[in-house]
Amino acid sequence: MTRWILRAAIVVLALLLPRLMYPTLAVEILCGGLFALAFDLVFGYVGLLSFGHAAFWGTASYVAANFLVRTSLPVPVAILAGALAAFVISIPIGYLSIRSSGIYFSMITLAFAEMIHFVALQADQWTGGDNGIPGIPRRPFLGIDFSDSLQLYYFALFFIAIGFWIAWRAIGSPFGQALRAIRDNRIRAQSVGYNPRVQMLLAFVISAFLAGLAGAINTVAHGVVSLDAVHWRTSGEVVMMTLLGGSTTLLGPFVGAGVVRVLEHFLASSTAAVGIVTGAVFVVTVLFFRRGIVGSLLALDHWFAARSQAKTPGRQGEAAPSPGEVRAKS
Amino acid sequence: MSWQLLVIQVFNGLVNGAFYALLSLGLAVIFGMLRIVNFAHGALYMLGAFTAYLLGERFGIGYWPALFIAPIAVAILGVVIERLLLRRLYDIAAAYNLLLTFGLTLLIQDGVRLLYGISGQPYAGPPQLAGATNLGFTFFPTYRLFVIGMSILLCGTTWFLIERTRIGAIVRACTENPTVTRAFGIDVSLWVTAVFGFGAALAGIAGVMAAPIYSVDPLMGADLIVTTFAVVVIGGLGSILGSVVTGFMVGVLVAIGSAIYPPIANTLIFILMALVLLLRPSGLFGLQEAR
Repeated sequence: MTRWILRAAIVVLALLLPRLMYPTLAVEILCGGLFALAFDLVFGYVGLLSFGHAAFWGTASYVAANFLVRTSLPVPVAILAGALAAFVISIPIGYLSIRSSGIYFSMITLAFAEMIHFVALQADQWTGGDNGIPGIPRRPFLGIDFSDSLQLYYFALFFIAIGFWIAWRAIGSPFGQALRAIRDNRIRAQSVGYNPRVQMLLAFVISAFLAGLAGAINTVAHGVVSLDAVHWRTSGEVVMMTLLGGSTTLLGPFVGAGVVRVLEHFLASSTAAVGIVTGAVFVVTVLFFRRGIVGSLLALDHWFAARSQAKTPGRQGEAAPSPGEVRAKS
Repeated sequence: MSWQLLVIQVFNGLVNGAFYALLSLGLAVIFGMLRIVNFAHGALYMLGAFTAYLLGERFGIGYWPALFIAPIAVAILGVVIERLLLRRLYDIAAAYNLLLTFGLTLLIQDGVRLLYGISGQPYAGPPQLAGATNLGFTFFPTYRLFVIGMSILLCGTTWFLIERTRIGAIVRACTENPTVTRAFGIDVSLWVTAVFGFGAALAGIAGVMAAPIYSVDPLMGADLIVTTFAVVVIGGLGSILGSVVTGFMVGVLVAIGSAIYPPIANTLIFILMALVLLLRPSGLFGLQEAR
């Protein structure tokens, strides 16, 4: 019951968000949230810290921008093309990095993202190099006027919702269970018949596709792409959104994205100040707050549930679900 | 390409390689002992260069004293970071320490940027090493030759310290079996701090050496560290000798490659990394670590 109330509240919040803040900022939060959720698919559910997700976000941004600048195809086609491009480059990157695990995986993904960054810097006829691609045309589609920020928001929300649904289904499915099994005990998962590498690569490419989807929508919303999209800062930022909001909580990445984007919005006057504040928040989160906002709320809820159950010994209530289940359902 | 140009490129590559080697050596020393990858290594390198610059600008202290003072200052900061922050995360996944040092990188880098701006500052090298040296067939800047020699000297000394001395034996013992080492009355946690400080000093001294060649700016370490990560992946983590050899080798290969086909200059190192991952996933010298 409470679960349905919570779900309804989230839907209402998603619909009202552009009334509570600048609609453009709201779109940025949605895109950042889907990006972080995509990252968490690999980080939280497979246990691999990808430090190169900017490669997918950025590639999709550039591809979508090129489609809009060079062709007269409608906006949704450009968005899908961007996401597909991210998916395509993630196959070789994933194949090569998944052969390693732990800290090695992080370094390799970071290095590949840096390679994409250098390629973007050099291929300036496609990316505009240091200047980026300004003034991307967004032709109206089915009567949607993209220069109206409210219409833009609901258009973006539709696509983000699809992305969210894909991630949610993937996490809840037997495939998601297999990922967690591999994360928790790789050898055991292997012995019951899963091929860890295949499953991990699958998670990686789905994650890249969703990160690309988020990046492409973000590009459409902004009408510009800059080299920042493929910079390692972007890769670090998505880690921070996920950790701050709460890994493996589905909603956490969106909450984290909200906090980070609002912070950036208020500090926008100084790039250096953004770096200092994000750096400090990063350090504090990693040291003392690894559960994140949503994760901590869930833990608190859990604690209350356990306490009230302990006080009524006669009641044979539902056994408290394991944290993994709570996370998957919330 | 004439052979003279080729030799010049080899020397240019050795200069870049000198920095790759010093930085990846520092990463390897720290990783060997603490099992963490220090993302802040690039920021510490930048701080080394900045300290040298500020010493010159504020107090008129020249290159040679700075070559000693700056690494010590950076080492002290390293010790503080290890004692106050890194220490808290040794019991959990290594990824969290990478993230912690990433956060520190943002803090340090943008802190310097806020105080001194983003523009690059020139830094004069030692006057004794100004000009160029005749190599017989061509001239090469003397200071850059010094950088190559200095880097080899530092890497060699570090290798000797760790592989051939009692200090090294203690450090390796702390790495391989901290519990037993502690039972012998050795303060392992003190050695961990010392090793991190030493690794930080290596980054600091590399920064001072780089200051006269590249301009001193807050972002100088950031992109270098990511490239160094690729070098570390090529060489395989943990091996001291491997990281040094790979550093120089990659520097030379990239210099030659970019002379043949200039557009590839920035990406060649990552292509090399992809090739190594495909053919030898544990890195060129990775076997030594698997021992």
